[in-house]
Amino acid sequence: MTDQGATAEQADAVRLSDPVPDDVILRERADKGDPLLSVKGLEKHFPIVKGLLRRQVGAVRAVDGVTFDVYRGETLGLVGESGCGKTTTGRLLTRLVEPTGGSIDFDGRDIAHLRQGKLRPLRRDMQMIFQDPFSSLNPRHTVGTIVGAPFRIQNVKTEHGIKRAVQDLLKLVGLSPEHYNRYPHEFSGGQRQRIGIARTLALRPKLIVADEPVSALDVSIQAQVVNLLDDIQREFDLTYVFIAHDLSVVRHISDRVAVMYLGKVVEIADRDDLYTRPRHPYTVALMSAVPVPDPARRDRAQRERVLLTGDVPSPINPPSGCRFRTRCWKAQEICATEEPPLLPRLGDAASHQTACHFPIDDAEEVAGRSSRATA
Amino acid sequence: MAAGTFLEVKDLKISFPTDDGLVKSVDGLSFQLERGKTLGIVGESGSGKSVTSLGILGLHNKRNAQVSGEIWLDGDELVSAGAETVRALRGNKMAMIFQDPLSAMHPFYTIGHQIIEAYRVHHKVSKKVARKHAIDMLGRVGIPQPERRVDDYPHQFSGGMRQRAMIAMALVNDPQLLIADEPTTALDVTVQAQILDLMHKLQEEFNSALIVITHDLGVVAELADDVLVMYGGRCIEYGTARTIFEQPEHPYTWGLLGSMPRIDRPNLDRLVPIPGLPPSLINLPTGCAFHPRCAYEPRTGGLGRSLSPELAGSGQPGHLVRCHLPTDERQRIWREDVKPKLEAQ
Repeated sequence: MTDQGATAEQADAVRLSDPVPDDVILRERADKGDPLLSVKGLEKHFPIVKGLLRRQVGAVRAVDGVTFDVYRGETLGLVGESGCGKTTTGRLLTRLVEPTGGSIDFDGRDIAHLRQGKLRPLRRDMQMIFQDPFSSLNPRHTVGTIVGAPFRIQNVKTEHGIKRAVQDLLKLVGLSPEHYNRYPHEFSGGQRQRIGIARTLALRPKLIVADEPVSALDVSIQAQVVNLLDDIQREFDLTYVFIAHDLSVVRHISDRVAVMYLGKVVEIADRDDLYTRPRHPYTVALMSAVPVPDPARRDRAQRERVLLTGDVPSPINPPSGCRFRTRCWKAQEICATEEPPLLPRLGDAASHQTACHFPIDDAEEVAGRSSRATA
Repeated sequence: MAAGTFLEVKDLKISFPTDDGLVKSVDGLSFQLERGKTLGIVGESGSGKSVTSLGILGLHNKRNAQVSGEIWLDGDELVSAGAETVRALRGNKMAMIFQDPLSAMHPFYTIGHQIIEAYRVHHKVSKKVARKHAIDMLGRVGIPQPERRVDDYPHQFSGGMRQRAMIAMALVNDPQLLIADEPTTALDVTVQAQILDLMHKLQEEFNSALIVITHDLGVVAELADDVLVMYGGRCIEYGTARTIFEQPEHPYTWGLLGSMPRIDRPNLDRLVPIPGLPPSLINLPTGCAFHPRCAYEPRTGGLGRSLSPELAGSGQPGHLVRCHLPTDERQRIWREDVKPKLEAQ
């Protein structure tokens, strides 16, 4: 799959645009204020044990060196295919699992290795919305108990009692206060997801990590929940990390988007930058794969589509160098030996960073390459 | 039956008696399909799309499902036909690709075993010949090293490969009608693109009639020639893909289009969702099933609440809409009210 032509020029172009003065990065950062959440070199390796002595014989490198910032009030979208580590990243951010390496600065404090007792007060500020509205609510608890649980666990006193607070929350997410004594099975998927959101909002968190919050819902209900998430973000000045595999939903809801592949962030950029000028071949392939609901453009879309061959490699033994190289139509020798750092490429702004030795220049190039990728 | 029509469904009704009442999953569905054409059936969960596909294949248990109406497949009527007749056609003349290949395949048997079995049910050949055929089929759906992978078990395949194997199994008897029920819903987008591409190519090669059932309008736009939109067990709009996406006339179709964020358009502030919930199939709302969620119901002068509208022709030939609003008013609302809002997206 190596490309013989035009290599030297491309390599040169990359080198020239690589160095970015530190002050540029600093200025960009300053514009957005300081980050609420700052993740550096985050790693999670799940051990694989074997035999009677449970000796470790290897590790699933689910998240393998992820670095990004999330600024106050913004939504960072985390996209990628199954197995890319986006869910594990979300669970690391909220410390539902402990990282094997790296740091997580939340609101000025490293929480990467805090003990449970120290973590509990922090859970007020960071909450999670789960994908499956069926398994994330206890079927034996009433809605009142479920949504009121955060108050009880954190020992928070409310002005007019917990029941009143819960009913206010239910109203806020578009449910009726009369639902207080009902059980989860009496609700549809969309309504259950609203119950989950009400529970998340109970303690007025600063950060919400939403893991595929709408992918289990029907289209018409999905739009209702997306709008609700938009509304409460504005009302409570929330910061979201929005994890999803649906690139259209992520485009709609995010301010910035990070694309993950096999435990790494391969590209991170402001939303419009990413969707109009994707640089990483994987981002390009991922975006061209989304079916466009416009039959008039069917033929064009199919022609421009970059069809990736093969499957995602195993995270137990990821490829050397760039992890995407085994499926990449631009891969060359350097991709196998040297891992490309996440940097602004081809004169991009400091906020648009790509981990690729041969970033894509413009859309025309993609159209030309697609036939080769399918062959 | 019109010339060229390969499958014709006439007034199909499928209902299930339960303790809570009769669930009318499909209520008077009619459509036609030619060979080489693709029909997309769109709808949300509980709209009756999957029940329809199982009904065509005769997979409903007669003891707990009431099926009436007519299904004509290439001159044979299937609803009144005996189980043996339908069984001879199923897997042979008509086949199905299921949503979840992991649960649709038997985990105890190798992929090859299952494909060979499917082939030998309908063809009197030796295992050796069938095996050769199975390997050939796996190769055609793009499985690398098919002669080795044929002896693998389903769990040894990745999701995309499993779906390819399912397609190979469905195509092994060269069916003339292929029904794909949410064929790509369980897959990642890049794999989905591979599978859609494969289905497109195979259809051209085999010239089969294809029914794609999905909730994803993107997939429909990609594959379908004609689109049937279902709501509450009924067809509420039918037309060519161009018509449904460019000049839809039913408020529910507008709602579906507005609910969907699109990757090809710069961002809009808010999506335009459909308010409320899909109806219960036991207690469908009186009148038009969509009226409690319809923003234009007041304009029908109370008709929407009392009378169920008929599926009637509209502007374009072959475009059918089930709505009380007059055609010109629907077209005006779409042109002046709904379309600009969607395009502002």
